[in-house]
Order: sequence, then C-alpha cells, then structure tokens
Amino acid sequence: MQVTLKILRFDPAKHEKPTWQTYQVEAEPWDRVLDLLHKVKADQDGTLAFRRSCGHGICGSDAMLINGRNRLACKTLVKDLGSLITVEPIRGLPVEKDLVVDMEPFFAAYRAVKPYLINDEPPPARERLQSPEERERFDHGTKCILCASCTTSCPVFWVNGTYLGPAAIVQAHRFIFDSRDRGKRERFKALGSGSGVWRCRTAYNCTEACPREIPVTQLIEEVKRAILWDRF
Amino acid sequence: MAHRHEVIVVGAGGAGLATALYAAREGADVAVVSKLYPTRSHTGAAQGGIGAALGNVEEDHWEWHMFDTIKGGDYLTDQDAAEVFAKEVIEAVLELEHMGLPFDRLPNGRIAQRRFGGHTKDWGKAPVHRAAHAADRTGHMILQTLYQQCVKHNITFYNEFHVTDVILEDGVAKGLVAYELATGELHLFQAKAFVIASGGFGRIYKVTSNAYTLTGDLQAILYRKGLPLEDMEFYQFHPTGLYPLGILLTEGARGEGGILRNALGERFMERYAPTIKDLAPRDMVSRAMYLEVREGRGVGPKKDHVLLDLTHLPPEVIEKKLPDITEFSRIYLGVDPLKEPVPVMPTAHYAMGGIPTTLWGQVIQDEKNTVVPGLYAAGEAACVSLHGANRLGTNSLGDLVVFGRRAGIHAARFAKDADYHELTEEHLGESRERIERIKASTGKEKVAVLRAELQQTMMDNASVFRTGELLAKQVEILKELMERYRHISIEDKGEVYNTELVEALELGYLLEVAEALVHSALNRTESRGAHAREDYPERDDQNWLKHTLAYKVADGKVAFRYKPVVLGRFEPKARTY
Repeated sequence: MQVTLKILRFDPAKHEKPTWQTYQVEAEPWDRVLDLLHKVKADQDGTLAFRRSCGHGICGSDAMLINGRNRLACKTLVKDLGSLITVEPIRGLPVEKDLVVDMEPFFAAYRAVKPYLINDEPPPARERLQSPEERERFDHGTKCILCASCTTSCPVFWVNGTYLGPAAIVQAHRFIFDSRDRGKRERFKALGSGSGVWRCRTAYNCTEACPREIPVTQLIEEVKRAILWDRF
Repeated sequence: MAHRHEVIVVGAGGAGLATALYAAREGADVAVVSKLYPTRSHTGAAQGGIGAALGNVEEDHWEWHMFDTIKGGDYLTDQDAAEVFAKEVIEAVLELEHMGLPFDRLPNGRIAQRRFGGHTKDWGKAPVHRAAHAADRTGHMILQTLYQQCVKHNITFYNEFHVTDVILEDGVAKGLVAYELATGELHLFQAKAFVIASGGFGRIYKVTSNAYTLTGDLQAILYRKGLPLEDMEFYQFHPTGLYPLGILLTEGARGEGGILRNALGERFMERYAPTIKDLAPRDMVSRAMYLEVREGRGVGPKKDHVLLDLTHLPPEVIEKKLPDITEFSRIYLGVDPLKEPVPVMPTAHYAMGGIPTTLWGQVIQDEKNTVVPGLYAAGEAACVSLHGANRLGTNSLGDLVVFGRRAGIHAARFAKDADYHELTEEHLGESRERIERIKASTGKEKVAVLRAELQQTMMDNASVFRTGELLAKQVEILKELMERYRHISIEDKGEVYNTELVEALELGYLLEVAEALVHSALNRTESRGAHAREDYPERDDQNWLKHTLAYKVADGKVAFRYKPVVLGRFEPKARTY
C-alpha cells in the first residue's frame, strides 16, 4: 500500500522553526512506523534524523508523536494507522534535530528521585528474602523503559518543565513500594516539593501514552497517598 | 575537546556498567562513553534469565554449571574461565539482588529459577532449574539496576559519543577519540585504563535479534590496528526468532514447557536430542530447525519456518512468566500464543568470538597471552573464552557481570600505579580524515544498499550451515563490498545529529568483522558448536582443539595464529544430549 508520511522536520543550521515535509512510501500493513522512517532515510532523504536501537519496544529510544499520540515507532504498525501518518518529536523537550530531542532534562528528573535501592543494613550472605506478594507490589514500575512517552504527553510538564513528570514518579514508586528499600523519606523531599507529585492533575495522558501498559496515573496517586500517610 | 579520567569504559550495556561500577567501588574516577543513552543498550533485550547454581528450586552445584558450559561450548571453552565463572556467578547474582534487582520469587522468598537449554543436573542427566529470572525481562532489570547503581556512584557519562579511534602506541593503550553526535565535534579521551564493552555485531546478518546499533565498532577498530580477533567463526543463531523479523523469543519459553513442532505437528527435537529434547543447546536446535525445513517439513506457504507451541501451557504461566514475548507475538504477527503456535526460525544472536582477554579482562595480542597494557575488554565484545564454540542460554548475562566486575577491579588497580600518556590534537587526525572523506565523497555507492547486500550474502553463505565453497564465495563478495565502500557518499553534510554519517562509519565496521568471521570460518576445516561445515561434518580434536586468532593484513587478507584451549577437569567427549 501507498502511505503518505508527514514528518515535522527541523535542522537548527537551516530552519528557524520546524516545517512539515511529506513523503510517499510504499509500505506493508505489518510494517512498523520505524520501517517507514528507515525507508525515507535510505531512499529519499538521508538527512532525516531519529533515534532507534532495539527495534522492538524494549530500549525506549524511539518515542515519537505519531498521529497525535505518543508511541514507540518500532511498536506501532501501519495497519493500525491507515495511509496518512504524521510523525513529530515528543513535546516539552528541546528539539535538537528532526525527531531527536534533548533528553537531559528528563534524566535530570529521574536522578532527582534517587532511583536506586537505598538500604544501609548489611546484606545477608544470601539474597534478601521477599515474598511473591511483596515483589508483585512494585512490579508495574519495573517495566519502565525510560522512553519519556508519559512525561512528554503530560500537559503539566508542557507548561512547567520543572515538574518531575510521570516517569520519574514511576521510578520513585518502584522503590518506595519495594519491601527491601529504606529510602522513602529521602525521596519524599523531592516528590513532595513544589515540582513533585502535587503538580499532577490526573489528566491520564501518561497512562494512555505508556507503551509498557503501566498504570502511570494510579502509581502517581499511590505515591501521593504514601506521602500523606507518612505525615501522620 | 579533551577529557581525562582514570578509567574509561566504552559501552553502557551490562558489561560496561558492571565494569564502571566495580572500578568506581575500587576508588577510581570512572567515565562511560557510549554511542547510546544509558538503558538503551541491548542487554535490555535479554529475556530469560541469568544462570547460577543457587540451588533454590532443586539441588545444583557450580561444578555442574561448569561442566554444562564446557560441553555446551563443544570443549572449546577455556576451562579455567568456566571454573571462575561458575563459582563467581553465584556471588554476582546475589550482589545484583542486594543492589535491588527485582528477581521473581519463590513462595519461601528466595530467587526463582527456571530451566534453560543445556543446563543440566548430574552431568547431563536432566534439565535443571538454574536460570534466575525476572519474568521474561531479566536483561532489562539487570541493565536498569546497574545504571541505577552508576547514578548512585556519580559515574560520569558521555552519551551519544561514537568512538572512532583507539590510540595504541608503543604497544600501549593511550587514548580514545570519539565523535559527539549532538555537535559533530571530535573529542580526545585520556585515561590510564580503557575497557571495551561495546557489545556484538549481529547486524552483519539480515535476520537478527540484535539492535540496529550492534555493529562491532570496537572489534573492527582494534582489528584494523593489527590486534587479533579470537574465534570469530563461532556465531550463535538463536533458535526462536519471531518469523520473519528475527525478534528474540526467549528459550525460557521452552524452559517453561514450550515445544517446537514441524508441519506434521511432530516434536522433532525428540529425534535430535532424545534426553533433553527442546532444551538442547542452541546450535543443535537451530541446525535441527534448518534440517526440518530443508527436508520439506517446514510450515507456511513457503514451508520455510517451524512453530513454537505454548498452547498446552496454563494461560497464567504464559501471561505471568512470558508476558513480553506474548506481546511481541501479538503485536508483530497478530498471533496469540495462548491460542495458536508461534512461527519461528533461527535468528543471528551472539558472537562467541571477539577481542581476546585474560581472566581479568586484559586484552591480549598473541598466542603467548602477551597483554596490551591499559587495554581491557568484557562482555560480548570480548572473548575470554567462556563460551567456546557455542554459548549456553543465560551465560551472556552471567558473563557480563562476572567478567565486567573483574575487568573493572583490575583496570582500577592498574590505573592506581599507572600514568597518563601525552596526547595531542594530531591524534584526532585519522578520525577527522575518515569523517571528512565520507562527507566530501561524491561516489555513487549508497550505505543502505551495501549494507543490505552484506546482510543478505552473510545469511546465504555464512550462517547456520557452511561449506568451503560458499565461504570462499563470500570472501570474494566481501572484498568487492569493501572496494565499493570506498565510493560511498552521504547527503547529510551537517554537524548536528548526522546519523547518516554514523551509519556510514558503522558499515565500515560491519565489513571488517564480517571479514574476520568469514575468513576464520573458511580456515577452520571441522564442525564444532555453532560452526557447522557440511564439507567437514565431524569435530576434529586432533587438529582443531585450539582457538583461532585472526589478524588483518590487508582488505581481503587475513593471517592466523592459534592459541591452545585451556583444558583441565573435563576431557573432550562426544557431545550428545
């Protein structure tokens, strides 16, 4: 089938602002949007820039705004989009070139929640014990691939770039609810601050955007409650 | 721009992060240079588990794991490496747990373990539960956990920096040159010790489980500089690649009870490996699948693949223990593994060969184990040689933690007593020339076209089954591709995120590692592990119980030396399962 692919292009050396460019691409219904981008780059315009690595939704490189929704280009098939496909960079992070954005603010928020197990007790000779139920409690957050689909679909993040954003809160949740962790108070400092969880307006965009089907909004609410209960 | 750190690690996958972490714990100032953002590396795609004789589910011993690794490697495995590995991987898994890795748990709270190909109890009598796992995303969890620890330890990261040169002078590693993707600038990196942990090169093949970015950059750079690559002829095809894309479906699916079937519905592995059947090592299963197809028992309109049947498993086992591969099958093929079997065919997966190292990750330059001071390698980029002629499932994750840790510790200790080397702008010259040449070229050849030809011909002539005739043909094809590569040109002349330039550089590396692989395969006139020569179908211990060291002489010209296999506890025997 013939697909019309519209891509929002930007090259800081050539453009003052992003401009749409349209390409006609021969595609199979089961092709990934990533395959189409590769075809454009190979056959029509070698200057097109985008990130990709694993090609099957595990590495988190190729989050893009595709037909108005944040998705991974390698996990979105032509058959689910039809013959007119628009691709733009994810929103709220500075565009460096074409579909490539500056990820540093995103990773800065990630680092701010102390995304690592905090537990200074000397570990046992064997593994720390954890019941399957305790393990299940924080399972959702462990699926996160840090693709930024959630954070860059959040209207609060768009207008206030200092908001930690859904992805960082998901990472915090993963540790706060891990029975082995002792660091929740340290994390609550950043999470309870003006740029923390209270910014969330439960728009649910994040939950809809997550390519890993993490119930992001629910996890944010659970972190809010954990902070509240901790005050009593 | 110039940067200076005591230890610099190339690559931010599991091996690179493990190396960086343990070097930092030794007190070294460590930086990681990666062409990707951290957590984008392909360790994250590993699924099934990390094998260690924890004995949480049933009796197990490190000696059994050591034996399985050596037998799985068709006795080309260095037995000292296997012993170190089988012992230390137990501690490594426990340390990962202490770092917070969310392993699945048994009802008693201990780490859960599952069966995996080639891992057995009592010296091959039956499959054993050895693979510690976190659903079917164990690699993802390892990558995330190690990165979390690197954040905790304030390790410096240079993200999206492509290494273009390793400066080797007077037999010593002195520096690195890297191209910054965001700016197009070349950077000079000064360190006392450098660790190469840049992963594999599955992209020499058309059908592969590997990321687009796995192009053997550092193997090729060192090979061009005259350092050898070891055992490159041994390249693993994973049996269950999602047909036709090649996306990995974990062996854990068979570990949980999945069965391979041909067009007649037969469980054909019963004929090839009567004792452990579908859980035979990967090289044997991949060959069996090719033979079934060749003999007309393939599935589909082209009769060109087989089926992975999970439909007899309880739905909750599939949904809970194999959620990701279930999703891949549903998304990319529209096939629901709960209801119908999944089309599969072998997919290029893992290089057993690579940059030769000692047990501490020190890069060696000849058959006498002469070390290159200050240069280390770990993970898939390296060849220690733990995996011999065929790697067992889960042993790559174990390898990168055990030998990443060793390389990190040794590099940090080495750096304490070493000095920095003088570097000047002139050291950027070779990289600058290469980049400018590609940008200025008006040649007619296209990167995507040459790459597709390389990948298709490697598939046809140097994959699961090989013959002298086809390999010799591929030698000529590679020579021609290398010649045409001189005439590539690119459209993008810009400085910012010039990914077209990067792909052009990567194609050059792919051609180099393919050359080392094909020449080594033509040279080895026996069949062993993943190297199956139809014209030499038997293993030949008399002549070939030795490691290949391939040295580049010129394009299309490769010289060989040989390194003895370290034997010991286990005498080479016929390999049946």
